[in-house]
Amino acid sequence: MCTLEQRGNLFFLTLTGDNEHRLGPSLFDSIRSALAQVKSQATPGSALITTAQGKFFSNGLDLAWAQAAGSSSFRDRLSHLLDCFKPIVADLLSLPMPTIAAVSGHAAAAGFMLAISHDYVLMKNDRSVLYMSELDIGLTFPDYFMAMMKSKISDPAARRDVMLRAKKVKAEEAVRMGIVDSAHDSAESTVEAAVRLAEQLSGRKWNGEVYAEIRKAMHPEVCGLLGLSHRAVVAPRL
Amino acid sequence: MCTLEQRGNLFLLILTGDNEHRLGPTLVDSIRSALAQVKSQATPGSALITTAHGKFFSNGLDLPWAQAAGSSGFRDRLNHLVNNFKPIIADLLSLPMPTIAAVSGHAAAAGFMLAISHDYVLMKNDRSVLYMSELDIGLTFADYFMAMLKSRISDPAARRDVMLRAKKVKAEEAVRMGIVDSAHDSAESTVEAAVRLAEQLSGRKWNGEVYAEIRKAMHPEVCGLLGLSHRAVVAPRL
Repeated sequence: MCTLEQRGNLFFLTLTGDNEHRLGPSLFDSIRSALAQVKSQATPGSALITTAQGKFFSNGLDLAWAQAAGSSSFRDRLSHLLDCFKPIVADLLSLPMPTIAAVSGHAAAAGFMLAISHDYVLMKNDRSVLYMSELDIGLTFPDYFMAMMKSKISDPAARRDVMLRAKKVKAEEAVRMGIVDSAHDSAESTVEAAVRLAEQLSGRKWNGEVYAEIRKAMHPEVCGLLGLSHRAVVAPRL
Repeated sequence: MCTLEQRGNLFLLILTGDNEHRLGPTLVDSIRSALAQVKSQATPGSALITTAHGKFFSNGLDLPWAQAAGSSGFRDRLNHLVNNFKPIIADLLSLPMPTIAAVSGHAAAAGFMLAISHDYVLMKNDRSVLYMSELDIGLTFADYFMAMLKSRISDPAARRDVMLRAKKVKAEEAVRMGIVDSAHDSAESTVEAAVRLAEQLSGRKWNGEVYAEIRKAMHPEVCGLLGLSHRAVVAPRL
């Protein structure tokens, strides 16, 4: 489901297997455990890179699981999945270190959310799209998805294209739209660039608690919807 | 005042006559009737294009009518016009289909608002400006005007130029400022481009209810001021 590796100061969370990395009950647990471990081992200079194997970064929530109980249970199961995903987004927003998504393949719906819940998003150019599929599927956005997109995509036309046009956005366009930081030729070069960036950020040796509180304060609407508050921290190294 | 045509899946709302299309009680009623009809006939794949005949898209609220009551009656009549216009904006924000404004001439004040209350704005290059004239006239903005402008124009300098400098913005500049999606040489080519865009959007066959709820959720402040709420819709086609 997912593995966690540590190389020096850098933590690598990898969604394993050449599959859609659908976010369902088992993968959620797996990711939450990994993030809890990362958090417990955090020191100044730590950084997280999240990536995936195969054609997909993540194709979203496990809608097949939601459908498996029949159409009358779909809505409840979908609600359950959305509720289980919230703590992952909350964990990422609270993580006491810089976070980088190395988007190695397609990222749709909750997969797109997962990517943009990171501080930096690097993406593969070729055969990868960011896609908020909800309108095409016939679903409205949960409030915390809407809040995150508003927070991370400031241009109104870009937001409209993503949410109200269900546009499939490749890496270079995503950079122009301000959604992604940089575009790279392959999954490998995306991860390499993420490592270089992580090393630069790591060298700043930031206080992780201060980092996390600043990050949360930058996204008050999402945090409010996730039950996260932020506080002042004074930990001077003068 | 206005006509409504249907061409296949596309509804065309046209402000008729070579005049300023001042938004007074009669034109507003006319537009509301047309929008109600569009809503009642909506199906997946429907789209609305709004355009106008003549030199003006719309030159704003019917201020001459407000003045006709004498200076002591002006404020009340203006309030009436401002309140009377709200339901048009509410109807457009709730319309269960993509909406495109083909700005075929000058759009000032409430006319500018009318244009930007559509999901997509296409505009004629030549002899057409977008102009928030309120500062020049000596009026502050209605709260829902301010909320819509903030929602649609994210760049602070662009907002300042539009609202606090009463800038007359031509189509190409409006594209650069992120207010307009594309600029076209003539009224005819603007409408043709709107039709092509509408056909592309129409082909997605989106569920109109889902579409409208996503749109409203994207503009919570304006919707709040117009008494519109949004809700979750689960209408999956998987």
